[in-house]
Formats: sequence, C-alpha cells, structure tokens
Amino acid sequence: MRGYSYGTPLFLPPSEIARNQPIPELLDKRLVIVTGKGGVGKTTVAVALGLRAAAEGKRTIVCEVAAQENASRIFDHASVGFHEVEMEENLWSISIDPDESMREYVLLQLKVRAMRDMLFRSRIFNYLAAATPGLKELVTIGKIWELAQLDRKVKSGRKYDLVIVDAPATGHGVGFLQTPRTFASIARVGPIHSQAETLDRFITDHENTGAAIVALPEEMPVNESMNLERDLRDEVGVAVDRVYLNGLYPERFKKGEAEKLAQLAENENGAAKAAARAALSEFHRAKTQRAQLGRLKRGVEAPVKTLPFLFEPELDVEAARRLAGRL
Amino acid sequence: MASVDEVLEGKSICICAGSGGVGKTTTSAAIALGLAAQGLKVCVLTIDPAKRLADSLGLEELGNEARRVDPALFEEQGVEMKGELWAMMLDAKATFDELIARQAPDEESRDRVLNNRIYQQISSALAGSQEYMAMEKLFELHTEGGFDLLVLDTPPTRNALDFLDAPKRLTQFIEGKSLRMFMKPTGLAAKVTGRGVSVALGVFKKLVGFDLLADLAEFFNAFSGMVEGFQARAQRVNKLLADPETCFLVVCGPQGEPIDEAVYFHRKLVEADLPFGGVIVNKVHFPTDGHAEIDDLAGALADKLGDPELAKRVAANFADYQALAERDAHNIDHLASELRTSCVIRVPYLDEDVHDLAGLSQIDRYLFATAEERVEMAAGRA
Repeated sequence: MRGYSYGTPLFLPPSEIARNQPIPELLDKRLVIVTGKGGVGKTTVAVALGLRAAAEGKRTIVCEVAAQENASRIFDHASVGFHEVEMEENLWSISIDPDESMREYVLLQLKVRAMRDMLFRSRIFNYLAAATPGLKELVTIGKIWELAQLDRKVKSGRKYDLVIVDAPATGHGVGFLQTPRTFASIARVGPIHSQAETLDRFITDHENTGAAIVALPEEMPVNESMNLERDLRDEVGVAVDRVYLNGLYPERFKKGEAEKLAQLAENENGAAKAAARAALSEFHRAKTQRAQLGRLKRGVEAPVKTLPFLFEPELDVEAARRLAGRL
Repeated sequence: MASVDEVLEGKSICICAGSGGVGKTTTSAAIALGLAAQGLKVCVLTIDPAKRLADSLGLEELGNEARRVDPALFEEQGVEMKGELWAMMLDAKATFDELIARQAPDEESRDRVLNNRIYQQISSALAGSQEYMAMEKLFELHTEGGFDLLVLDTPPTRNALDFLDAPKRLTQFIEGKSLRMFMKPTGLAAKVTGRGVSVALGVFKKLVGFDLLADLAEFFNAFSGMVEGFQARAQRVNKLLADPETCFLVVCGPQGEPIDEAVYFHRKLVEADLPFGGVIVNKVHFPTDGHAEIDDLAGALADKLGDPELAKRVAANFADYQALAERDAHNIDHLASELRTSCVIRVPYLDEDVHDLAGLSQIDRYLFATAEERVEMAAGRA
C-alpha cells in the first residue's frame, strides 16, 4: 500500500489520470454499481470513477437513484433531474426519478403517448403503481439497464460505453438490487416478468456488471462492508470487484515523534499546544485507521484500494479528479 | 447553552433523526447510556440492519424485544450506572407479524395475511415498513414497557422525508379504500365507474401480470377485518409523536451535505408540527487556541522540538486541521441560523472510533456538558 506524505502533489491532469494505473476490470464493464454505507463518499467515488473513465475516452454516465443530486453538487451544477446532462467531455450525469422512469417505461410498452397520459391521469392506475411493492425500484433499475443498452429504445438516446450507478446506502442497497428477482417471482407471467428476469440477468452478469464497495477506515463501516460483500454475493449474485477504503489519513508522524509531541502538548500553551494536539490526533487516527485497513483486507475477498483523506473544506470536482488518479 | 439532559428534561421519548453515516446509532446509544447512568430506566431501540448497536453494547444479538444490558459490563468499562439500560434491535418483519397477530380477529385471518405474498413483500422489503414498525414498537414500549425514557435510532433513510412519510404511505396502502372497491367484481363501484377505470386496470394487468392483481385482491380481502384496528393504532402513534413529551433530535455531521440534510429535516419536522428539541453535530473539528502563520509556527516549534523538519510537518498538519475547523464552524453557524436554535450540541471528532461503552461515555462527556465545558474539554484543558 502506498500512503502519501504531506506535500506530495495529488493533483493529476486528465491526461495523467488515464496513464496512471489502469483499472480495466471495473471500467471495461458496461455497468458499475458503487455501493456502501451512508456517508462514506459513494458519490465522490462514483464521480471519480466517471472522471477516470471519461479521461480514458469512454462515454460515461453517472446515475444517482436516491434523488439527492449529490453528483451535481460535486460538479457545482444546478440540479440535473431526469435528464442526461453533459458535465465534462465524455461524462454525463442523470438523477433517476422513479416516477419519470415509470412514465418512460409505460410509454415504451404502450407506444402511444396519449394513451400513456390517459393512464397516468387515472387515480386507480397511480394507486396501483404506488401500491405495488418494489415497482419504483424496478423501473429505476430498468432505466439503468436502458442507459446501458447500445441499442437504446428511448428516442435520441445517446450511446454510453459505461454506466456508473451511485446506489442507495447499505440496508436499502441490497434490497434495491434484489428487486428484479423478487419481482420476477411475484409476477409469474406477463411482460414485466420477463423484463424483471432480463434485469436480474443483467445485474448478475459479471462479464458486464461490476461492483465497488466504498468504506471508511472505522470499525462499523468496515464491519458493514464485509457483510455487504457477502450479501451482494450470496443474496443478489453480484460479485464485488473492488473495495475502496476512503478517507485514509496519511502517516505523517512516527511513534518516536508522537512521544515528543505529547510532551509539547503537555508543556505548551496557545498555538503550539493546539498544533501538537492536532498532530497527535492525526497520529492516533492514522494508526487506528491502519488497523481497520488490515481488518478490511482480511475480511473481504475483493482487492482493497485506499483513497486518501482530502484536507479540504468541500469536496468538489477537483477533489474527485484527484481521487480519480488513485482508483 | 443546552446539554442533552436539559433538552430531554421531562421527556419520555427521544427520536434521533438524520441522514445515514452521521453517527445516529452511536448518539442514540450514548444518550440512553448517559441518562441511564444518571438513574433513569432507559431503553434504546435501533433499527439498523448492520447490528451496530449490538456491537456497541457488547451484545451478541439484541432480538426483537428489549433486553437489559448486563450491569457487569458497565463496571468492566468503568461506567458508573445508577439506573437501568435496556436495548433492543428492531426486527421489522417480526414486529409486523406480531401486529397482525394482535389485530386479526381469528387465526384463520391471521394466517391468510401472513401467508400472502404481497404481505410478505411489504413486511420485509417495502421501503417504509421499517419506519412504520419502529413507530409501532415505540408505541408498544411506551404503553407497556414501564420505561422512563425511550430513545429511538431511526433507520438510515435515503432522505429525511421518507422517515416521516413512510408510516402514512404504508397505512394508506393497507387501507387501500379505492382499490378494494374496484377489486370486488360485484361491487357497486364497478358498475358506476366509467371505461377509464377498466382500461386502467386492464393496462395495469397487462403490465404487471395477472397474478399480482389477484394477490393484491387476496391481500385486501384478508386484511379487510383489520383495517380499522390499524387506523386507530396509527392515529395513536401519530398523537404520540406530536406529544410534548416527545422530542426529536436531529443528528448530523459538520460537512456541507449532512448539514443541508439536517436543515431540510428540521423544516419537515416543523411543517409536520412535531416537537424539535435540538441538533447534535458529530465529528466536529473544534476551533483551536491561537492562530499562527504556518511559517512562524514552524519556526517556533523547531526550537521547542529541536527538529525543524518535524516542526514543519506539525505546522502543515495544523494548517490542515484549522481549515477543517473553520469549515465546521462556518457550517454549524449556518445550521444554527437556519434552524433558529441555540441548541446545537457539538461532539468532537475523537481520536478513537466509538464502539464500546467506554467510548459511549466519552461521547457523553460532551453531550451532557455545557457549551463552555465542551470547548474546554476539546482544547484539552478539562
């Protein structure tokens, strides 16, 4: 593992990103699912993967499914909504709204816009659609699948080489990905049955679909990542290609130095004391984080890749670009 | 400014809400531990599927009923315990099944519901059922448990809105008034409604497959005897949530995104007329004493440490820390002004992960302190 010491330039221009350590097993897929516990930086990693793929010349779209619009926040872009919006060269973003997906899906089924609109005006139809367990999740996954098709049914649909999904947080995540299979078993007949099967096959086809788990170097997120990898494999049938340990502190101080700093913190006041305390905190966190990294490496099957903690106020597109070079 | 014990004075329910990954589970457990230590009989309910609370309390498994945390554990970890700490991990499916058993007029109706596939889907997988069952369990413990205080750790919802809306959505689904009428082929509604409805139903059937509709019809039939019981209960739960003895605490982190979520969630609480108590911000980089230019500080430290290279690293690290502290202070100011509250409780980013009782009581030192004491502690003076 390569940590970084203070002062190492993290910034890599786009041309450098492409040359730095290729990650073919992930970016050569058609679909990459980025998942993990809430608050671990899934969106940042999804965007970083997108930037990396785009820098390699792949036409890439990053999809958000929870309507949080975190990706557009990173790009400092107004809400993208249910539109494929170009963020950078080769890189698009969309926020998948289940209601819009439903409208699009029904239109594809009925072919006639007027009929679709009539249907959506019907209270009973809306009730049924809202009441059917998992239908929203299903049409969301359906939209992701649609984006990943080379022969897209949606009019004027762009062709993408790679679709990256910023999946819902753990807990919802596994259930979300299981929806097609559950649906296929509930609706035993009809078009939705075969479509749900198609989606399930697509998600579990490891040739075309990859998955990355994002974790933090803390006890609970590490535990959850181990469980998540197991659940994805055993319950959904998705193999995890990579686990990203995000926010790893650099090892800036050595043990001997920490002892000196402890003395300084004890004897000084003002800025010197505060600086010594901040250094000691960094030392302790870097150390406990390495222990968590070890646990994670022992506890998961997929290779673990570390991403550095970025000491900056807000994570913007430049921060994601820096991470892109380290994926 | 306020501490958690002041905010929760006279309250019997505390609901910790916020987005995922901000330390809600830990905060809930710490609040429960702190007030139990002061002498109350407290129960903390967690819903997290990752069994985080079980880990924090050193319990192998919490099960779907409240269990008392072994008093010996507190002694082992050096925590003085005057009251009782109880904990439970909510099993949404089991709670739903229990509720059905309670509401069903007879065993046959109970089994018809429990065996229905739509029910099985709803009770275990439908988004919202966890939230609904959390409220259910809360209500049950409140009426039957004999606790001084219940602390609820809410599920990691995709966004704050889900948590408040889910119970309503689920009851609406169960009620399904309009749908139940249409399901009955001989019902009056079927005769008087126009072509639009039959077309809608027809297309829906075509879309989802006939079996699903049949299952839905079966579900509503099986459920029909219980709808009123559910409604009555849901009303009592809603009343409990709005009760002055209930307190919602918003938990968040200091970064921009969780702060925005907290502001949004607070707005939803106010709109829903639910009692907001305060906000707890976890993992805060507290402002430091003294502000020095990196180069000056590096120079001063070089003399003290006798190692200019180390001094440089310490100074650079301090600059990084201060940037984070400034960001946090800025975000928290924004939060306080948006929420128009002075009740913002900051918990510092501790050097060690918190996942045991000793760690929880470390957090309690901050939760149960005044704002001034918190600053002193964070600066290492107390």
